[in-house]
Amino acid sequence: MDTIIRAENIHKSYRMGRERLSVLRGASLGIATGSFTAIVGASGSGKSTLLHILGALDRPDEGRVEFEGQDLRRFSGRRLNQYRNRSVGFVFQFYHLLNELNVLENTLLPAMAAVGSAGWIRSRTSRQEAACVLLERLGLGGRLRHRPYELSGGERQRVAIARALMNRPALLLADEPTGNLDSKTGFGILEVLKELNRGGQTIVMVTHDDRIAGLAEVVWRLTDGKIETE
Amino acid sequence: MMMFSWKLAIRYFLHRPASWLAAAAVALCTFIVIVVLTVMNGLAADFKQKNHAFVGDCVIASDSLVGFVYDRSFVETLESQPYIEAVSESVAGVGLITQPGANWNIGVQFLGIDSARHSAVTGFADSLYYHRDNPEQAFVPDYAPEQEGCVAGIDLIGGRRTADGGYAHPDRPVPIRLILSSFPLTARGALARGGTDLVSSKTYYVADDSHTGLPQIDGAMVYLPLRDGRLLTGMDSPVERISSIHIRFGPSVSLRQGVERVRGLWAVYLQSQSDRSYSDLFESVRVQSWQENRRSRIAAIEKEQKMLILLFLMLGIITVFIVFVIFYMLVGHKSKDIGILMSVGMGRHKIAGVFLKFASLIGFLGAAAGTLAGCVFLVYINPIEDWLFARFDFQLWDRSVYAIGEIPNQLHPDLLLAVAVSAVAACLAGAMIPAMQAARKETVQVLQVSQV
Ligand SMILES: Nc1ncnc2c1ncn2[C@@H]1O[C@H](COP(=O)(O)OP(=O)(O)OP(=O)(O)O)[C@@H](O)[C@H]1O
Ligand SMILES: [Mg+2]
Repeated sequence: MDTIIRAENIHKSYRMGRERLSVLRGASLGIATGSFTAIVGASGSGKSTLLHILGALDRPDEGRVEFEGQDLRRFSGRRLNQYRNRSVGFVFQFYHLLNELNVLENTLLPAMAAVGSAGWIRSRTSRQEAACVLLERLGLGGRLRHRPYELSGGERQRVAIARALMNRPALLLADEPTGNLDSKTGFGILEVLKELNRGGQTIVMVTHDDRIAGLAEVVWRLTDGKIETE
Repeated sequence: MMMFSWKLAIRYFLHRPASWLAAAAVALCTFIVIVVLTVMNGLAADFKQKNHAFVGDCVIASDSLVGFVYDRSFVETLESQPYIEAVSESVAGVGLITQPGANWNIGVQFLGIDSARHSAVTGFADSLYYHRDNPEQAFVPDYAPEQEGCVAGIDLIGGRRTADGGYAHPDRPVPIRLILSSFPLTARGALARGGTDLVSSKTYYVADDSHTGLPQIDGAMVYLPLRDGRLLTGMDSPVERISSIHIRFGPSVSLRQGVERVRGLWAVYLQSQSDRSYSDLFESVRVQSWQENRRSRIAAIEKEQKMLILLFLMLGIITVFIVFVIFYMLVGHKSKDIGILMSVGMGRHKIAGVFLKFASLIGFLGAAAGTLAGCVFLVYINPIEDWLFARFDFQLWDRSVYAIGEIPNQLHPDLLLAVAVSAVAACLAGAMIPAMQAARKETVQVLQVSQV
């Protein structure tokens, strides 16, 4: 099977006052195209840090990340933006929606961020339709014009997933997508992810809940800054 | 992208009370700057215009109290120039006035002129009250036409100004007799000896008053016929002399060009006069534009104008600072949004663009509101002041002291535009740093901070 993303010997440390806190100490992993992978580990073990590095939202101190065989370190700023915009979709633990925009606009954010105004006017209708279809699939068809603060946690997380999928990324990275939800809502979200995976979407999900990790095909465990597959 | 960033900028503007505050701050500053600069520029322009009206376009004048030799042929040369419309010569002196039987006297300046010729060059006729339309009769007292008359500066005889800055005039001039005494000088500047035929004292009836709007002139000037001026100053012998020649140019000639040409004529004239007697008096003669001639007076008000502009420039800097502080806080609050926008791959300069658009919105709205309010206020500034005076006895300027009638409120589109554009620019400058700073941050850092 093809490897969509590969991380090699990733090191990352943070400065805490005078001391350095080494979070990742040579973590290496590979994700197969079309797989549903879970990364587990104790709180503070560096799961989010690793996921951010995979999504190019953060840079490793050392080591390299290859996406479809291309080294992210070689990417220009523009190419990195393109990578964040089209190649990966990121779902944050805390949703991170824009309060000033409604559900539909939040979903369209990656589409709008990518094109110029002329391109946006040309492709607007088709993109809006795509966003509506996506939101419909996630059960938000009736809430297009609502603002994020008018939604429940589960609904917000589904908007965040819709946004991450808007530009049809090859890779979906989800950081504890169920972390802030009750177990019933959480499993609803997992169902959505499973469904997406069945449709061919590659998913990497971070969780500290072994039960949730059990639903994934592959589980990586992060301990002491290193990562191993189970 | 373009449309989206405007949409987001507008939403930010509408959802943040601080942005309304910023717009209000911009509006307030714009308003103040427009009102003060308009009034100040108006006052300065008015003052310059009055000085201009007093002396005419160009003056050939002597610094000396003894004047210079009068040559009719040179005046005719000037009059024959196509670019010169009118010429008038004058005699200036200093003296004392008193009234018959009174035991007081006050120091005055006097100006001997041909009232008709002088009115053709300067605003003399317009400064009169009773003889505005017939300046050639300016020195004829209506109540005693056979007597010799003079024109007195309107503030010379004090206490005539009303509280609203105007002057009360009865239907006919009030008969006033003045005795003007002077110190005639010889052409060499010595005090002319008594026993000669030099006149040193004359009695006049005040035929009219002159209101130039220049306090130093209106409070100290007596206008006489040219011949009397010569007698009182001693400029009638042994050779006729004058203090200055006033010139008005035609409408098609620029001031600089006209003055240059008169200078040329004067230089040629001086050459031809080099060996005549008293030609040394020409050394103290200067050919000047009205601006140069009145420089010492105009410079004072121009200095005040510059100081004011400087002060209001500082007000502009304060605006920038206020907007800067507001933006700094706003961008701080919105750092999570910046992280989100970066996480979906929006470029840093595009993100900065959202905030600059937000700033320009504040700038446009604030500047527009401030400019509008400033214009409305200026249009009604005089009625407002009148009302304040009627109601609370408040006046911006005590009209019984200052020679200002209405508050100048002429709107200048270029000034309005300059102030409004500066206001928008100030907002952009204030927003620039926080916006750049926001866009420089690392995605994860931004999001991490806002989670806590
Ligand atoms: N920007 C940062 N500056 C300093 N320390 C950081 C920063 N980001 C993460 N850390 C630290 O690095 C460690 C790993 O953080 P990370 O968020 O990756 O953990 P996690 O495994 O996702 O934990 P959780 O399950 O609680 O989300 C933590 O101790 C955290 O305090
Ligand atoms: Mg985490």
